[in-house]
Amino acid sequence: MSTAISTEWISVCQDNDLIENTGLCALHDGEQVAIFKISLSENSAYDQDIYAISNYDPIGKANVLSRGLLGNIGDHLVVASPLYKQHFDLITGECLEDSEQNIKTYEVRRFNNEIQLKKTVQ
Amino acid sequence: MSKQRIVVVGNGMVGHRFIENLAESSSADNLDIITFSEEPRLAYDRVQLSAYFSGSTAEDLALTDEGYYRDNGVNFVLNDKVVSINKADKVVITASGREEKYDKLVLATGSYPFVPPIPGKDQDHCLVYRTIEDLEAMTASAKVSKVGVVVGGGLLGLEAANALTNLGLETHIVEFAPRLMAVQLDEGGGTLLRRKIEDLGLTVHTEKNTQEIVAGESCRYRMNFADGSFLETDMVLFSAGIRPQDELAREFDLEIGERGGIVINNQCQTSDENIYAIGECALWDGKIFGLVAPGYTMAKVAVSHITGGSNGSTEEFTGADMSTKLKLLGVDVASVGDAHGNTPGAKSYVYNDEVNEVYKRLIVSEDSSRLLGAVLVGDVEAYGNLLQFKLNDMDLPETPEALIAPALGDVPAMGVDALPDSAQICSCYDVSKGAICSAVQNGCTDVGAIKAETSAANGCGGCAAMVKQVVDSELTNLGVEVCNDICEHFAYSRQELADIIRIKGITTFSKLLSEYGSGLGCEICKPTVGSILASYSNEYILKKEHIGLQDTNDVYLGNMQKDGTYSVVPRVPGGEITPEKLIVLGEVAKEYDLYTKVTGGQRIDLFGAQLHELPEIWRKLIDAGFETGHAYGKSLRTVKSCVGSTWCRFGVQDSVSMAIAIEDRYKGLRSPHKTKMAVSGCTRECAEAQSKDVGIIATENGWNLYVCGNGGMRPRHADLFATDLDDETLIKYVDRFFMFYIRTADRLQRTSVWLENLEGGLDYLKEVIIDDKLGICGELESEMTKVVGTYQCEWKTTIENPEKLKRFSHFINADEPDSALAFVEVRGQRRPATEEEKITAIEIVE
Repeated sequence: MSTAISTEWISVCQDNDLIENTGLCALHDGEQVAIFKISLSENSAYDQDIYAISNYDPIGKANVLSRGLLGNIGDHLVVASPLYKQHFDLITGECLEDSEQNIKTYEVRRFNNEIQLKKTVQ
Repeated sequence: MSKQRIVVVGNGMVGHRFIENLAESSSADNLDIITFSEEPRLAYDRVQLSAYFSGSTAEDLALTDEGYYRDNGVNFVLNDKVVSINKADKVVITASGREEKYDKLVLATGSYPFVPPIPGKDQDHCLVYRTIEDLEAMTASAKVSKVGVVVGGGLLGLEAANALTNLGLETHIVEFAPRLMAVQLDEGGGTLLRRKIEDLGLTVHTEKNTQEIVAGESCRYRMNFADGSFLETDMVLFSAGIRPQDELAREFDLEIGERGGIVINNQCQTSDENIYAIGECALWDGKIFGLVAPGYTMAKVAVSHITGGSNGSTEEFTGADMSTKLKLLGVDVASVGDAHGNTPGAKSYVYNDEVNEVYKRLIVSEDSSRLLGAVLVGDVEAYGNLLQFKLNDMDLPETPEALIAPALGDVPAMGVDALPDSAQICSCYDVSKGAICSAVQNGCTDVGAIKAETSAANGCGGCAAMVKQVVDSELTNLGVEVCNDICEHFAYSRQELADIIRIKGITTFSKLLSEYGSGLGCEICKPTVGSILASYSNEYILKKEHIGLQDTNDVYLGNMQKDGTYSVVPRVPGGEITPEKLIVLGEVAKEYDLYTKVTGGQRIDLFGAQLHELPEIWRKLIDAGFETGHAYGKSLRTVKSCVGSTWCRFGVQDSVSMAIAIEDRYKGLRSPHKTKMAVSGCTRECAEAQSKDVGIIATENGWNLYVCGNGGMRPRHADLFATDLDDETLIKYVDRFFMFYIRTADRLQRTSVWLENLEGGLDYLKEVIIDDKLGICGELESEMTKVVGTYQCEWKTTIENPEKLKRFSHFINADEPDSALAFVEVRGQRRPATEEEKITAIEIVE
């Protein structure tokens, strides 16, 4: 019996489904994942334009984060919850207002014009 | 211990202030307060009496209401006059026979208008100007009169003349003295005031001594003057000064001055130590004070003496400054201290600009070190500074003339820093500089907050500019950098961003950010800029370059509720809806199991729609003729209306048609915050227009326009802005008003707070919108024309665009709803389940 843990990338949508500076929600392995695309300018501080975090807002207690506004607060690349505007770091999942409310992040990539999330398979 | 009984005779402005101060004092619980008024209503603002003719009602003028008195345990008796005082037993008796014991009696009986003993003065249409009943008599008389004469060219006389002009009469002012406002103004000031008033179409007759009023030829009456000349008129309004109402005190043997007035000491006690007199009935040091501010001071002193003051020290009345600043017939006039230069050795600086009609005179001490007085006509901006120099006996600058000279270079500001903490900034509410500074220290950082906290500038508003100076200076002293930057991405205020976008013609956030900002933006600047772009370019807000700017509600064209579902609010213009449309709303609500509620804005709100349902719901609504209601936007919400003259027995205009027309015009207009409007078909005001950003109330002759009202968290009565407008002018003013608000307000600042923070306040707003002082009205109108011309129903655009519709599903990769949603039923409809209910529900299932 194999105990090796393997991973695979699962496509959740087309790249052009994701409009710049907005997010959408994908159902991934039974979980709700918010995926965002930011616009990268020439001298941008960021090397990646797509990010994925949990869609669940632990403060507002609803699956809404994919519908939040994107931006930066200092060095943090964030989404602001559409309910009560707490900021969640897109890279670390940290909640800037309350470190006890940090959320899960997901690995995400663009592959052949598809957006893929990483799935862990046992 | 039984409570101390305080009886107050007279419920005018001063009597009311006394009760207010008493009710708010620390001894209030040990007092039993009762007040009598011979008038049929509680205290109202006599200073603003003339506003009655520009549309204000008796309610608008009211200073208080019965609820306030009841809440504070103050007994009041209206329509009953105290006619007898038994000093020995300490009892008063009223005309109706009511007896009340007192421990302390306070006479605040005020004054009555002086009517010179002219034969013929008691005929019909010979009136005075003091109470609301007098105003009603004037209104009645004006309906059958063409010409009106005011006898008396003093302050009150000019107010009365304004009233007659507002009533549409050809107005004359007859004055015994050689000039107008002879008490407050010198010859130069009086001359200019006369010229300005005559420019307005009034006629001024000075040095006229009326001998008799007889039947006229062309008019109802003829006034014959001592010099042989005469004047024909239909109405005569006496406003030749006031006399203290001291009849009661006189009859019951309190000491009375030679020329009237109840003699008081520094504690405001009369010759009987248990009886006080305050306000215009009181005589202090041989003087009657015919202004409200000294009356307020007396009220405070009497309260302090009766209650024993704070920490055992009581206040004293030591005279009052009679300086005044006011707008008479639209002319700014101010007088400070010794306006005539009667002080021995007094010298003057005079600035007389006949071109722009400005006159200013500064009267200084012999050594030019102290200000003695000043006269200002046509430009009274210097009043606040000058008054403080006078009141605080401060050193004048090296060149005192700079205080009144036109600003040709640097204006030597007095600097409010130089004022002592005790300096009184607001005389209406007696707010000192120290009180304002400590409010700033406690976190009030703008004029609006200071007004709410200290009441400063809430009275006549004359001190608003000075209050702002004190606030700014204190903030600087505290080391607070006043930073108006909207957020870390833009070093600009919302107003500056609006200017940049408008003037540079910028149409996208990315261009603005790359040229004027930094970083990526955030949930503060993005919606703000999105709103400004919409106000000026008015493109579809879900367009690729704008969609990332839209806040929670705008981005899905619905109002997100706590569980992430949306509410749907179609537009119901003016609140008028056909039965067919009502049925469609019901059918849609039923089909999608939407919780249904009628809103305060006369529409119907459907709650609980999920993302994927929104386009289906809207397709059905649009097919039935509905449009989006923009309930999700910082934009015009609704125009509420009453049914108006089409059905109502009392309506004087068709308020529903007007409401529909303006809702149609301004729908979709995005602004710094949401805006609401209402139209009432008569003065009964059933649409509650005075609680809206823009309120319109029908009159016999057109529409009265009210602005900057608010309900909600901080209610504010709207201000009357213009009266008797025709449809076209009304729309023009509202166009300008909205675009000026959009141009200058802060982010998320409702019009009410915007106005409170607008330097110059309502008068300035009128100058901008009505007089086009800034020369921008043409621009404002064409900006509005553009918005109106580019309106689109955002939902219609959206359902016709398959690309846009992709976003309206909970998952991009699964055709199922959000599994976390759960509902419970209440009163026949569903609502979101609470967290506890969700847990219970799951347990039951398992």
